[in-house]
Amino acid sequence: MNIWIALAYLLAAVLFILGLKQLSSPRGARRGNQTAAVGMVIAVLATIPLLHFTAAGIVVTLLGLAIGAPVGAISARRVHMTAMPQMVAAFNGVGGGAAALVSISELLHRGLHPVFQIAFPSIFSMVVGGISFAGSAIAFAKLQGLITGTPITYAGQQVVNGLIAIAIVGLAVANLAVASQPIFFVPLLLLALVLGVAFVLPIGGADMPVVISLLNAFTGLSVAATGFVLNNFALIVAGTLVGASGTLLTTLMSQAMGRSLANVLFGAFGQIQASSGGAAVTAEGKTVRAGSPEDVGTMLAYARKVIVVPGYGLAVAQGQHALKELADELEKRGVEVEYAIHPVAGRMPGHMNVLLAEANVPYEQLKEMDEINGEFPSTDVALVVGANDVVNPAARNTQGSPIYGMPILNVDQAKNIVFMKRSMRPGFAGIDNELLYDPKTVMLFGDAKDSLTKLVAAVKAA
Amino acid sequence: MNSELLTEFTYFVLAIFVGIEVISKVPTILHTPLMSGTNAIHGIILIGAILIAANATSPLEIILGFVAVLLATLNVVGGFVVTDRMLEMFKGRQAPAKQEKK
Repeated sequence: MNIWIALAYLLAAVLFILGLKQLSSPRGARRGNQTAAVGMVIAVLATIPLLHFTAAGIVVTLLGLAIGAPVGAISARRVHMTAMPQMVAAFNGVGGGAAALVSISELLHRGLHPVFQIAFPSIFSMVVGGISFAGSAIAFAKLQGLITGTPITYAGQQVVNGLIAIAIVGLAVANLAVASQPIFFVPLLLLALVLGVAFVLPIGGADMPVVISLLNAFTGLSVAATGFVLNNFALIVAGTLVGASGTLLTTLMSQAMGRSLANVLFGAFGQIQASSGGAAVTAEGKTVRAGSPEDVGTMLAYARKVIVVPGYGLAVAQGQHALKELADELEKRGVEVEYAIHPVAGRMPGHMNVLLAEANVPYEQLKEMDEINGEFPSTDVALVVGANDVVNPAARNTQGSPIYGMPILNVDQAKNIVFMKRSMRPGFAGIDNELLYDPKTVMLFGDAKDSLTKLVAAVKAA
Repeated sequence: MNSELLTEFTYFVLAIFVGIEVISKVPTILHTPLMSGTNAIHGIILIGAILIAANATSPLEIILGFVAVLLATLNVVGGFVVTDRMLEMFKGRQAPAKQEKK
């Protein structure tokens, strides 16, 4: 390899590392992403001297770039804030797919008996890339609502998945030991795709960010393996960086939810209520107190301290500006307003911070869970806007509940609780919330944005 | 094990440690942007896709090469743009406020 190409790849690798470093601190995050993008441009440009174009080759390469770039940019630009996690899943999946295709092409190219150091990473990249592609497609479908977000389970599921995994290992060995030909590696690819689907199906929609992060690490490893096949330094280093940091990030994300990674992957989280109905405390026979916007508005206007607990419902209703208006109105009357941000509120960590920042909510008012939990007992009204699972006391009290052990916001300790929800439907984890039936709870049904707008008027009138 | 493979293996092992070390102090609110950013970085597979597409001759190679380049381009471009969109929300007033956090 030409020394200049090698140096350019090294520069790109340094920029990726610096970019990742910046991405993990709030101040430099955006610059970090740009740094990594510069590294990517350098790495791709440096590859050009390595290419020996055939006539057809140059056409398909340019065509792929010419179609892919605008489609990728436009879809990423247009996607709604609420749909970002599935967009990341989609981009991750296509990356895994690309890695698998590159490996297949190499396997076809290398003949029946490639040396082990080529054959092994090719097979690895194809299988892991295939799992990532299919798994990401299911994650996308779940988050997009194309298939149900609740876990899809059946008896013996883990056994079946285990058997698929064993079959994959067997076929991979056959490929390496007997001969590398389509009759072995095509079924291998198909099985990898099946495993990708089968492995994500039993995982609930609320856990999808963790799964996407894991599949992201998979794609990274698959890309690194492709680097070994093609003897390409840039692929090895960048792929491995993503594989390693993605694995760590996956663990950090499950920790933020108070659960182990194994529990996320194999716990079929959120299906208990759906399948066994009456197992835990259910709604039947209990009454809820529904309030009018005027009642709630008056209550808020004469409170001393209000803590807002935002959730996914706020994002869906795009109610952040109305919420800010309500907070301003309350502050004008001397009410102290703070926001309690649960680490997994919304569909992704940081979702609420981003949403509220968009509405210019001062950052100092956003409090993290540990910071604010002690303040609920001295709070007059906890206003829960489109959140549910993150305030569900079942996480503390009900052993056997799927969210048992998850740290929650202690909304139940506030003097009054207002739940703004569209219906009595349980939250994303599919678990009933006993807090809705608490005597000090008032329900305000309806779209969060509508209700908030009505509340603003009610507070003004109070 | 020949020397080239040995060198590659060395990069691989060192990159594992760097990858873990470099993000070990990430705050919760940056989990998703970081995931999205690393997602864009594995779009580097575009290099691999171009390498195989460039010298494709048989129809099968041409098709595989084309699809691989297309998918990898989506990964790179979409990945960086969607991350940038997430992060543009973090701009402005927030930066100084962050320092108060422990």
